[in-house]
Amino acid sequence: MTHNLTEKLVISGLRFATYAIVIVIGYILFDIIWHGLPVLDWRFLTEMPRRGGAEGGIFPAIVGTIYLIAGTIIIALPFGVGSAIYLSEYASRNRLTETIRLAIITLAGVPSIVFGLFGLGLFVLYFNFGPSILAGSITLACMVLPTIIVTSEEALRAVPKSFREGSLALGTTKWQAIRTNVLPYSFGGIITGAILGIGRAAGETAPILLTVAAFFLPRLPKSIFDQVMALPYHLYILATQHPDTSKVLPLQYGTALVLLILVLGLSLGAIITRSHFRRKYRW
Amino acid sequence: MVGQEFSNNRAIEVNSLNFYYGDSQALFDINIAIPRKMVTALIGPSGCGKSTFLRTLNRMNDIIDDVRLDGRIMVDGDDIYDSKMNIVTLRKKVGMVFQKSNPFPKSIFDNVAYGPRIHGTKSNSQLAEIVEKSLERSGLWEEVKDRLDDSALGLSGGQQQRLCIARALAVQPEILLMDEPASALDPRSTTKVEDLIGELKKDYTIIIVTHNMQQAARDSDHTAFFYEGRLVEYDETSNLFTNPKEKQTEDYITGRFG
Ligand SMILES: Nc1ncnc2c1ncn2[C@@H]1O[C@H](COP(=O)(O)OP(=O)(O)O)[C@@H](O)[C@H]1O
Ligand SMILES: [Mg+2]
Repeated sequence: MTHNLTEKLVISGLRFATYAIVIVIGYILFDIIWHGLPVLDWRFLTEMPRRGGAEGGIFPAIVGTIYLIAGTIIIALPFGVGSAIYLSEYASRNRLTETIRLAIITLAGVPSIVFGLFGLGLFVLYFNFGPSILAGSITLACMVLPTIIVTSEEALRAVPKSFREGSLALGTTKWQAIRTNVLPYSFGGIITGAILGIGRAAGETAPILLTVAAFFLPRLPKSIFDQVMALPYHLYILATQHPDTSKVLPLQYGTALVLLILVLGLSLGAIITRSHFRRKYRW
Repeated sequence: MVGQEFSNNRAIEVNSLNFYYGDSQALFDINIAIPRKMVTALIGPSGCGKSTFLRTLNRMNDIIDDVRLDGRIMVDGDDIYDSKMNIVTLRKKVGMVFQKSNPFPKSIFDNVAYGPRIHGTKSNSQLAEIVEKSLERSGLWEEVKDRLDDSALGLSGGQQQRLCIARALAVQPEILLMDEPASALDPRSTTKVEDLIGELKKDYTIIIVTHNMQQAARDSDHTAFFYEGRLVEYDETSNLFTNPKEKQTEDYITGRFG
């Protein structure tokens, strides 16, 4: 009897925790969509901001964020996947590589403002890139690298050793074995991890605050050495730095909704990619 | 030891081979000469070093960290542990079939074509020919010829193992190493794989690890008995089974241990 009661209490407790989370998230989503949707029209999406962002659209911030996402992918993917392949396939397991692995995992827990300051110090100032798409993308890439490396390593490790042995026994080189009989099967996992990591980074303010984001820049960048506006930072400005924040409240909601759609779109892309590859390669 | 009758016709010659996993020695002073186009069976209790020995012959142990080896292994007159030896060439010549069949998650066709493709055969008609021949040799062609594009993972266990044999044959090896190829199969598939080995020995030198005494006695020309990392006895199979010279061999084949 008491066992039964405990069981019931535990289940209700767990259910409550789950529902509470769903309700909170649902409320946030609903609030943003409800207030943001009316603001969202073609002009809001495609026009330049005016009067310090108090009027007009958010076009340059959307473009800026997309550029930053693209830049981050271009930089982080080859380095992340490359080092994951090295760590899991080539490097022998010794104290040095274990330390490297630990360092990478620790890096994932470093607060994003620290990455921002690091990017400011190294890329903006020391390498003299200035606040720019380049500096911002590298900083964001540094931030998502741990996620990409760890998830890629997991995806590589999920491929049975017997596939590698089977290839090698047929006279392939190690790289041929990896390229033809490991990477294709782990590709889904790698891409999923990368997209999820980058999706999260795309919404971050701190790392771009000091390395790329412009307060108000109503034109598009001409090169990777230009500054851009970016959605998260724009939102932060509208919400906190504006003389009359309540007046620009609808714009905040609109910006938040666009950012949300972008990030959720990336996650959705990740989910689709994953299920596609799951179906293609099963063993 | 087996006499001189095949001294000119040795596929493999092993001299004073010692093998170590880190600090623990797995093989002790192995000397053996393996004749061409015959079946040599490796028997012995579990953990006596049969797989380790087999994997020294195509250098598959190289991929394990922290292993060491001394002695000399000649394949076709080439010292395979010489620094000039090309491992790719060696592994093309010395094919391997694993204990647990390991079809790749690709189509049946792509599994068999995998090796030739990597080694540079591009023409589709040539590949198709190799695939058909290899599947025929492994006795699988009739069963799969209408579904070459299906995933290899849909095959039964026995078919999967014969597919792996076809995949090994497709790179045209001279020597086939088989590590208990039938141990994970049901009796009927086992028979098929064993029959296949009898067929293949016309064209290949086969070295097979087996737990099954009947199979060793029936299918092999020579048998090597390993015990605790040493090669205890090596002889023509008929001699070794009817008239073992060593007490340990006798105990093992009569089922007193192992
Ligand atoms: N990768 C390995 N690392 C360390 N020891 C190993 C490894 N593989 C096998 N061994 C050891 O080497 C000995 C021989 O093993 P193995 O060649 O697999 O024997 P068999 O195939 O005859 O059963 C065993 O004692 C085993 O524990
Ligand atoms: Mg074994």
